[in-house]
Amino acid sequence: MTDKVLMKGNEAIAEAAIAAGCRHYFGYPITPQTEVAAYMSKRMPKIGGTFLQAESEISAINMVYGVAGAGFRVMTSSSSPGISLKQEGISYIAGADLPALIVNVQRGGPGLGGIQPSQSDYFQATKGGGHGDYHLLVLAPASVQEMADLTVKAFDLADKYRMPVMLLADGTMGQMMEPVSLPEPSEVKTEKPWAVTGTKGVRKHNIINSLYLNPEQLEKTNVERFEKYKLIEETETAYEEFMTDDAEVVVVAFGIAARVSKNAVRAAREKGIKAGLIRPITLWPFPKKPLLKAAEKAKAFISVELSMGQMIEDVELAIKCSRPVYLCNRSGGMIPTPEQVLSAIEKAKGEN
Amino acid sequence: MIVFDKPKALTDAPLHYCPGCTHGIIHRLVAEAIDELKIDGKTIGVAPVGCSVMAYDYFTCDMVEAAHGRAPAVATGLKRAMPDNIVFTYQGDGDLASIGMAETVHAATRNENITGIFVTHAIYGMTGGQMAPTSLPGQVTQTSPYGRDVKTVGYPIKVCELLSALDAPYYIERVAVNNVKNVLAAKKAIKRAFENQVNGKGFSLIEVISSCPTNWGMTPVAALKWIDDNMIPYYPLGVYKDKDKEDK
Amino acid sequence: MTEQILITGFGGQGVLFAGKFLAYNGLLSGKQVSWLPSYGPEMRGGTANCSVIISDEAVGSPIVSAPDILVCMNLPSLDKFENAAVKGAKIFIDSTLIERKAKREDVTAFYIPATRLATDAGTPALANMIITGKILKETGFGTDCIEQALKKVVSAKHPELYEKNLGAIKIGYNL
Repeated sequence: MTDKVLMKGNEAIAEAAIAAGCRHYFGYPITPQTEVAAYMSKRMPKIGGTFLQAESEISAINMVYGVAGAGFRVMTSSSSPGISLKQEGISYIAGADLPALIVNVQRGGPGLGGIQPSQSDYFQATKGGGHGDYHLLVLAPASVQEMADLTVKAFDLADKYRMPVMLLADGTMGQMMEPVSLPEPSEVKTEKPWAVTGTKGVRKHNIINSLYLNPEQLEKTNVERFEKYKLIEETETAYEEFMTDDAEVVVVAFGIAARVSKNAVRAAREKGIKAGLIRPITLWPFPKKPLLKAAEKAKAFISVELSMGQMIEDVELAIKCSRPVYLCNRSGGMIPTPEQVLSAIEKAKGEN
Repeated sequence: MIVFDKPKALTDAPLHYCPGCTHGIIHRLVAEAIDELKIDGKTIGVAPVGCSVMAYDYFTCDMVEAAHGRAPAVATGLKRAMPDNIVFTYQGDGDLASIGMAETVHAATRNENITGIFVTHAIYGMTGGQMAPTSLPGQVTQTSPYGRDVKTVGYPIKVCELLSALDAPYYIERVAVNNVKNVLAAKKAIKRAFENQVNGKGFSLIEVISSCPTNWGMTPVAALKWIDDNMIPYYPLGVYKDKDKEDK
Repeated sequence: MTEQILITGFGGQGVLFAGKFLAYNGLLSGKQVSWLPSYGPEMRGGTANCSVIISDEAVGSPIVSAPDILVCMNLPSLDKFENAAVKGAKIFIDSTLIERKAKREDVTAFYIPATRLATDAGTPALANMIITGKILKETGFGTDCIEQALKKVVSAKHPELYEKNLGAIKIGYNL
């Protein structure tokens, strides 16, 4: 770790990616993530890497597919409408079992939406997004430090499991500055015997492909991939618990919503309400077990989101609908205030 | 003594193409160029979506199957990551000139040091004979049953003419494979396009006019003649851009 | 101790820069800090603002909706944010650009003719740092780290700006 510097979240992602050995970045400008591209355009030429502003998000993700196929660490970043454009390519990357990092600094939607922070791509990120049976590993940073740390982790996980990983941030995380200790350069080297680097005349050709015209074969690859997903659910689920030990009202929130919620939980405790917070760090896999465990003592849950209510469905599923789950939300680029969350906690406490 | 042998760059997999289709000839010309330049061990091919989607099974070099139209972007990624390798794309007309036009034009205008093989046969083959961006005016297809009406669906796209208007691309040529003379010229062009990459010259694209007897509803022989009578008059053969000559 | 600071004004007045300086100043003083700008089209000449939090504890929400310290560099910002300030807040007002006084009586308002002072000093773009100097004086935070923090935020390509900014901070501090 280096000395702390003040850095924007978007820049922290870029610098952490470089520390993680990523030398190939492809992107297309879109607010509020453009600093990632701008930062990469300055840094990559100085370290012998590739920065290429693609003609579209579609091209950018397919350039990522090419580099990933060659076995190199590679990433792209965008914001919500641009991520929609990348979905086809993400599905191919998942279908061809390629490691890559996709960063989504979310903004309000649908459509062109707005440019203010949002979490309304939760479904898209955690339930597939593109076509077909697949998952992304989805990491949700809640500080600039985590923007850096989870970027490094994302590359490691992508290589470890040969799959695309998404860093799901939002406009505030991208734009805010906080002190950050940048990770030291390190790359967990992974053997990639499947990569297309040329046969050199000594091996049979490698093929990067997601096409299986034989349905039995396609089913088999899907089943195998889901066995891998099961292992990931068992071993890679990450979350933070805050004052949940005796919590009667458990707030569930990620990213910026978790930051706001933490203030509210503290305020609730000051008022004598036993409130707690579970912050998913991996959104897929979703931290089902700690939620189910919290449901043993908790009387109610609140899902705090910058959306019309998406994660709430996973909260209900995780606790098997055993307790009421309330939604506390803002949408379209608005952010809930700690006061709003506090009053939701008080209401939940009062009703249960 | 063997007087005719399969190029080493082709696998033993039987081609799935229809009888009389000229994809097989074009595959062979690509493979011969790879053999002659001795680049098999460092070549990566990018297959498209369309009839040649399974080209990845036919070449012995490493292969990548791209999403529809995105082969030039995938090839860009590969080449940027491995500038010392040889990267080629193999695309049909729907892939390159319709859904993938942006990727095509931008790879060309960046003068990406890649080799593009573009197979034109004025129709969508794999999906069963729909109108292509290169279908001729008046051409009857499944989705232009009354003939391509240029008033409502526009004119065919002449890819070589269009790309050669750009400043950047290094080499653009249109060839055909409907007779021996044309095949020999096509072979020379394709090899040249690979040589350009080996020599670090930049973007080369060879448009190869091919036949589709199945979807044109003709015998293979009639289809080859249809190329002479209809395709070549609309899509003249020749070199459209050659920076070697421009620079001199 | 947690200080929630909201700096508001027009794009181009150095609102974000002043915030960044205060954040670095806090960081170098061993505090936890966050800096969050408003972003988007309004940055180009419209209203701009930034939230800065300086705290002894980990910063929760980085969004300042109820500032302890409010800086207003134009009238629309004072109109918009005056009522958001907490009871007992300190409000710093550029009195060259804002003619009216604060309406609230439960806050302490400081009227600084920052734009005029900056113009008189030959650095018309540094009204932001004059107000910042006044904030440092009135709050007392990070006064040991001013020069260090300034070095962090002034571009190394323009070393001459360091002295100018420091001069502006001193003007405000000595008011």
